[in-house]
Amino acid sequence: MARLEFGAAIDAAVAEAMARDPRVIVLGEDVHTLRAPLFARFGPRRVLSAPISEAAFVGAAVGAAMGGLRPIAELMLVDFVGSCLDSLLNQASKVEGFTHGDWKVPLVVRATCGGGYGDGGQHEQALWGLLAGIPGLSVVVPSTPADAHGLMTAALRHDGPVIFLEHKLLSRSWLEFLGAGGRKTVSFDVPPDGVEGEVLAGEEVPLGVAAIRRHGDGLTIVSLAVGVHRAIAAAEILAREGIDCDVLDLRSVRPLDRVAVVASVARTGRLLVVDEDYREFGLSGELAAAVLEAGLSPRFARVCVDGTIPYARHLEDLALPSVARIAEAARELARVSPDLPGHG
Amino acid sequence: MDAAGLFRQMARARAFEDATSALWREGRISGEMHLGTGEEAVAAGVVASLRPGDAVALDHRPTPVLTVLGVDLAGMLAEMLGMESGIHRGRAGHMHLMSRTLLASSSGIVGSSAPLGAGFALAGRALRPGSVAVAFFGDGAMNQGMLLETLNLAAAWSLPLLLVCKDNGWSITTRTDAVTGGDPVARARGFGLETVDVDGGDVGAVAEAAADAIDRARNGEGPSFLRARVPRLDGHFLGDALVRAARSPAGDGRQLLGDVTSAALSRTGGGLGDRARSVVRLLDLMRRARREDRDTRHDPLERARSTVGQEVASRLEAEALAEVGRAVAAAGGAH
Repeated sequence: MARLEFGAAIDAAVAEAMARDPRVIVLGEDVHTLRAPLFARFGPRRVLSAPISEAAFVGAAVGAAMGGLRPIAELMLVDFVGSCLDSLLNQASKVEGFTHGDWKVPLVVRATCGGGYGDGGQHEQALWGLLAGIPGLSVVVPSTPADAHGLMTAALRHDGPVIFLEHKLLSRSWLEFLGAGGRKTVSFDVPPDGVEGEVLAGEEVPLGVAAIRRHGDGLTIVSLAVGVHRAIAAAEILAREGIDCDVLDLRSVRPLDRVAVVASVARTGRLLVVDEDYREFGLSGELAAAVLEAGLSPRFARVCVDGTIPYARHLEDLALPSVARIAEAARELARVSPDLPGHG
Repeated sequence: MDAAGLFRQMARARAFEDATSALWREGRISGEMHLGTGEEAVAAGVVASLRPGDAVALDHRPTPVLTVLGVDLAGMLAEMLGMESGIHRGRAGHMHLMSRTLLASSSGIVGSSAPLGAGFALAGRALRPGSVAVAFFGDGAMNQGMLLETLNLAAAWSLPLLLVCKDNGWSITTRTDAVTGGDPVARARGFGLETVDVDGGDVGAVAEAAADAIDRARNGEGPSFLRARVPRLDGHFLGDALVRAARSPAGDGRQLLGDVTSAALSRTGGGLGDRARSVVRLLDLMRRARREDRDTRHDPLERARSTVGQEVASRLEAEALAEVGRAVAAAGGAH
């Protein structure tokens, strides 16, 4: 057990896998700087600095995975997936299906995501819903150092392609790299429990298993990444008002832990989704479908991102899911009796 | 444009970048801040040949070109300060500055200015005969697929387009030559483009080369590729971790160097040769980053001073500083 920062917890999982398995390699833009310790320890043949050619190096990572390696391709910011979408949409995700499970693509794409430091609409998107919409990909989005370590460990043992998203507000090194740049004149609303925590080396967090972060019978809040910490903060305020919330941390978007969501909502009769991704055609709608398909008809609301994330910090704060928005939406849901037997 | 006119534009661009830098350091501009310090001669030299109706596609360092084009300076500063009075009401920020009236648009996605410029050229040919489009990008973008595809498209469609590669030798914190095969100019020639290779710190040379290429494009003689070598005076962005570590190994660089040393000495890992190669490469990068940081010998503004004489240069710089100072005050950025 060690106390680690979020990013260091991921790097520790990567280092462990690289030390154990010579097939694990890291490639991507600037990795000699961003992963300097891995570069110094494993050398330039296993930590490969790539040109700004996402289509080439993510595409090559797919081929390398099919050819027997276990690559981690680093995309810097998930927003840059636009430049290499084909390798995920039409290549990595399809091989297992085409070969009826005979040929797998053990690839991890590691990228940062999320906003809260004023970088604007091309550098702060979540996009996990877009990526999870592609069958054949797994998409994981941890909210704590322990999960970050455990999910990276699981991703590196998994035989299919995994998109591993690292929220910049949780990752001190990324926030320093992109947000602060050595300045003491800026501050960010960073959730302390997400930034640093106890990590059990080598312990796997299985893909597709949600975690219950808080127990309550009045309302289910489902979220992931920074949203989990905002939801917990809101739940503490709501508890003082007599509204007790279940807070569920999905951890994986695909596979989605429908069972955990349905079990909680069956108990509470109310579902509030807190999702930093876009509101429409994404995760929040999928969760609504999941409970409907399970035969439940809960009260439903969502706190998401509605459009292009504005650059100005005060506008960005209004656009991203905040404690205030979550609490307000929860109060609104709690005001109405759920239409379920045994409730109301 | 005469030497004084070009110098004046360079001084304005530099004053704007310096004011931006100060506001960023005060914490009043958020996120990444990519300055175009070192690119002023390219901005002034190319824009000198543009006319109303021409279009410009820009990358993540758009402000020198926008300053020279005549975008409202207070409005741009207010935008970066995230204010309602900004040219995009605080919604866009520095990587996404645009001007519909001037047909200028920037983007933070590396390489994306090239296809955008091609589209501007296509629209210009159809709607504004005799107009041209210019796309600005860096040498790092020369390895981006969409840019390479655009080299071909521009040649195949004979678009009235000038592709300007501001070659500063860096791709973020990677040396471009370490991740690039061949030469950008030869590459563009391979696609059938007219090419020209200039010293991007020499504003006269840039202006002359750009004027020729833009004339050809106006006359329907097709696209050109201009490579201008420029220095990168303020790192990839302000607060660039590599530059800070290089400048202050015992301060900002201490954690990085400590982590690298202990990792290189790990019990398990690559062979000794591999580890040594990595460490040597990191030290070399830091040495190069330190050398380029605000290097006055290669500073285009310093070099242009001699073309107009010290007295004129000082007067033009004072005017530029005053203009930008007024813009800072008008934007609400003054203390």
